[in-house]
Amino acid sequence: MLLQDQLCSSLKSVFQPGRHGGKCFSARRARWLTPVVLALWEAEVIPGVNSKKNQMCFDWGPGEMLVCETSFSKKEKSEMVPSCPFIYIIRKDVDVYSQILRKLFNESHGIFLGLQRIDEELTGKSRKSQIAVAVGLRNDCRVSQGLLYPLVSILSAMELIWNLCEILFIEVAPAGHLLLHLLDWVRLHVCEVDSLSADVLGSENPSNHDSFWNLVTILVLQGRLDEARQMLSKEADASPASAGICRIMGDLMRTMPILSPGNTQTLTELELKWQHWHEECERYLQDSTFATNPHLESLLKIMLGDEAALLEQKELLSNWYHFLVTRLLYSNPTVKPIDLHYYAQSSLDLFLGGESSPEPLDNILLAAFEFDIHQVIKECSIALSNWWFVAHLTDLLDHCKLLQSHNLYFGSNMREFLLLEYASGLFAHPSLWQLGVDYFDYCPKLGRVSLELHIERIPLNTEQKALKVLRICEQRQMTEQVRSICKILAMKAVRNNRLGSALSWSIRAKDAAFATLVSDRFLRDYCERGCFSDLDLIDNLGPAMMLSDRLTFLGKYREFHHMYGEKRFADAASLLLSLMTSRIAPRSFWMTLLTDALPLLEQKQVIFSAEQTYELMQCLEDLTSRRPVRGESDIQQLQDEDIETTKVEMLRLALARNLARAIIREGSLEGS
Amino acid sequence: MFVARSIAADHKDLIHDVSFDFHGRRMATCSSDQSVKVWDKSESGDWHCTASWKTHSGSVWRVTWAHPEFGQVLASCSFDRTAAVWEEIVGESNDKLRGQSHWVKRTTLVDSRTSVTDVKFAPKHMGLMLATCSADGIVRIYEAPDVMNLSQWSLQHEISCKLSCSCISWNPSSSRAHSPMIAVGSDDSSPNAMAKVQIFEYNENTRKYAKAETLMTVTDPVHDIAFAPNLGRSFHILAIATKDVRIFTLKPVRKELTSSGGPTKFEIHIVAQFDNHNSQVWRVSWNITGTVLASSGDDGCVRLWKANYMDNWKCTGILKGNGSPVNGSSQQGNSNPSLGSNIPSLQNSLNGSSAGRKHS
Repeated sequence: MLLQDQLCSSLKSVFQPGRHGGKCFSARRARWLTPVVLALWEAEVIPGVNSKKNQMCFDWGPGEMLVCETSFSKKEKSEMVPSCPFIYIIRKDVDVYSQILRKLFNESHGIFLGLQRIDEELTGKSRKSQIAVAVGLRNDCRVSQGLLYPLVSILSAMELIWNLCEILFIEVAPAGHLLLHLLDWVRLHVCEVDSLSADVLGSENPSNHDSFWNLVTILVLQGRLDEARQMLSKEADASPASAGICRIMGDLMRTMPILSPGNTQTLTELELKWQHWHEECERYLQDSTFATNPHLESLLKIMLGDEAALLEQKELLSNWYHFLVTRLLYSNPTVKPIDLHYYAQSSLDLFLGGESSPEPLDNILLAAFEFDIHQVIKECSIALSNWWFVAHLTDLLDHCKLLQSHNLYFGSNMREFLLLEYASGLFAHPSLWQLGVDYFDYCPKLGRVSLELHIERIPLNTEQKALKVLRICEQRQMTEQVRSICKILAMKAVRNNRLGSALSWSIRAKDAAFATLVSDRFLRDYCERGCFSDLDLIDNLGPAMMLSDRLTFLGKYREFHHMYGEKRFADAASLLLSLMTSRIAPRSFWMTLLTDALPLLEQKQVIFSAEQTYELMQCLEDLTSRRPVRGESDIQQLQDEDIETTKVEMLRLALARNLARAIIREGSLEGS
Repeated sequence: MFVARSIAADHKDLIHDVSFDFHGRRMATCSSDQSVKVWDKSESGDWHCTASWKTHSGSVWRVTWAHPEFGQVLASCSFDRTAAVWEEIVGESNDKLRGQSHWVKRTTLVDSRTSVTDVKFAPKHMGLMLATCSADGIVRIYEAPDVMNLSQWSLQHEISCKLSCSCISWNPSSSRAHSPMIAVGSDDSSPNAMAKVQIFEYNENTRKYAKAETLMTVTDPVHDIAFAPNLGRSFHILAIATKDVRIFTLKPVRKELTSSGGPTKFEIHIVAQFDNHNSQVWRVSWNITGTVLASSGDDGCVRLWKANYMDNWKCTGILKGNGSPVNGSSQQGNSNPSLGSNIPSLQNSLNGSSAGRKHS
């Protein structure tokens, strides 16, 4: 219970107008701009392309599209001069590239994750989650102020809708409180009044200021009656003649019954008091008390909820939803949520007066007043230029179980659909894609497969980026993507002759065939240059060596070099021999191995035993006997063969001498 | 959607195809001027032509990239009755300094006796394979058994379609439940020619491709065909460009219900059909997740189609020209418009499902 109260009060603090003082956008400005940013159903026009004459060929890329003019019907050579000088790169998600929205995307990502995690922790739905998101997103909307004009207006439009959805769907304020929330909402979004007020009060003689009565009227329209009263007292001070009626008006304002948060009175009591007050106002009108001052009389009519008088203030109201709230304040302050839609529709009709037709923003707000969540989401999807808003709103509503309770049986599908769209859009951006990963994670149906398709398209321009992508895949056991990425990098490295890198990527890809191929390249380079590159890597292969026979050989062959270098000749000799007898060494490499045996055969002490020498001889004969007999050869080939023959002769000689020494040594040892 | 950039292509004749590489950092164009050009995107986002060379002795119809697991490899097909495979050579330092790359022809596939109308690499899990189709009505499937030696391609299969072929599409599904599959479209306009789309499936036992289905309802010339990325579904989605845009689902009938060993049979349903292009539709292509289909047609527009969460297909965007041809001045324009002043969103996919609204 205590928690609940605490949460409620923190929610209320969010709604305090003071919190946002001087920081809000002009809704009128937003409205004026809505046709620009909230238009629907227009085609993207490509300048310079003649659609009447030609067709277009195109191709999809990740996040972008290529389009180019062509002619499919005409085949073979066209008589026309080049008809298509340009290729166009088309992007789908405009807003992803906005620097300003970036911060918004980043912060809402954190809030989104918070909401999903709260869900995991608490099985029962907690209001805390709603509040966290509501607060967070609200602040996000304010992150980027005073920047790009149209963007600000779309942000303020989003905030306007978001706040209304909060009041109607999440807060679910009961009659009485509902109007208080709506008043706060209007004050938050129609806020020229603060600067106007500062302007008027700052002047030498406020009550003579040109905008004095406008200011008082606005204050009354917004239900800020205390402030209006203070203004009137200035007028009373300045002109003693009207002091009397000003005081009467002030009293009326002071006595208007309102529901205050701490008050315990019942709705019926309030309604009764309000009715009484209303009748009192009515009497003053009948008595023509304010007939001498048209300003005050018009204020009185407003306070009586007179529609005609309200509509005279169209300029000051600036939009129909302000009109709606003011009208409710002075005619039906205890309006029930269920009756809202009736007042909303008629307020819109009255306010527009058939002169203009509703715009997308109007339709969205109207749908919200009708409690038609689905329609709100639909209209927003059409009207807003990015998926950020609808994806987060729908996710929040789904977490509050509101989609189900509104009989949207496809609610979770819709949530996932919108989140997938939003995340896909993020993937079009060179760095924001990392946020997209987490959104995909929370889409149970198609999130994983979508992530798989998107992540393998991330350009791997740097090693660092490649490792980042790999880590994401590995954390999610996306083995095929890990393999593919490593393979791409291995191939790239081979093409650029970076064999070490190629080898380590193919080991990571567990690609045996490719590891064999790279190992062969290493051995070929060794044969040509007499030394290895990337020694560190080869010397530290460890168990990875077992991936392919050739790689095993490469590792073992390096071990032989080590032993030889450390003068462990006996170990080196038996390893060398075993590489051939076990057939791990490729036959093409045997001559090199045998040549490596030469210095061991020439050492002072006997290293190869008689038996080992026989085996070496066997290998040499094996190799030479299988050598193909060539027919006609050119000079180069003849020279090569000459060298080869000399090598074989030298080997045979060294082997024979070693055998002799070994036999003598072994014989004398045994004899002793 | 908005035009982020325009690039002077500088081809001397009509461009027939544009193609992004797997990561969207490179593109290739081909033209009636018999050449292919490759373009690279710099770190700053500018596109530069890094190679341009004569590839064929006739119009080049299509150009396509192999998966980067196989390196930097392109295939092209032409009116000159051949298809060719090209590989980028990591260059001598001179080329690199000039920002140019060097492409060499690895093979010419000369089996067709008529114009080769389409060429497509197979999904990467099948290895390095490609299929061509030609006006003589034959689909040919080639394989490079050694991915490091692209000069060796062997003709593995020849599938006779009996109709002049215009387009092919591999089924991208890598699921073990699905055999390799290729769809073929025909633009044969002779009056006797009937169904224009055939689907062939690889049979493990006979090691041959056999006809699995014919789409009997598609009787007008077909210009392009495209399987959607599979997304783990049990069924397949196929888009067809004919006199309208059509989207079919192909649901495999359970094996035990069909005669064992024969090709898979499918339940075929048409899920969408749009005639908004007014007349012929020439190209269809799916985005990388298969959620949006793009089509282009005689109305000179590219249209985007998308299904919402209730599987209703709708148009979600149109790209069209403004009708005034620009003179071919060759500046690289960056027409990235300021936010808000550009064209609004076209996210209409949500529109259209009418649940829950009294008056829509």
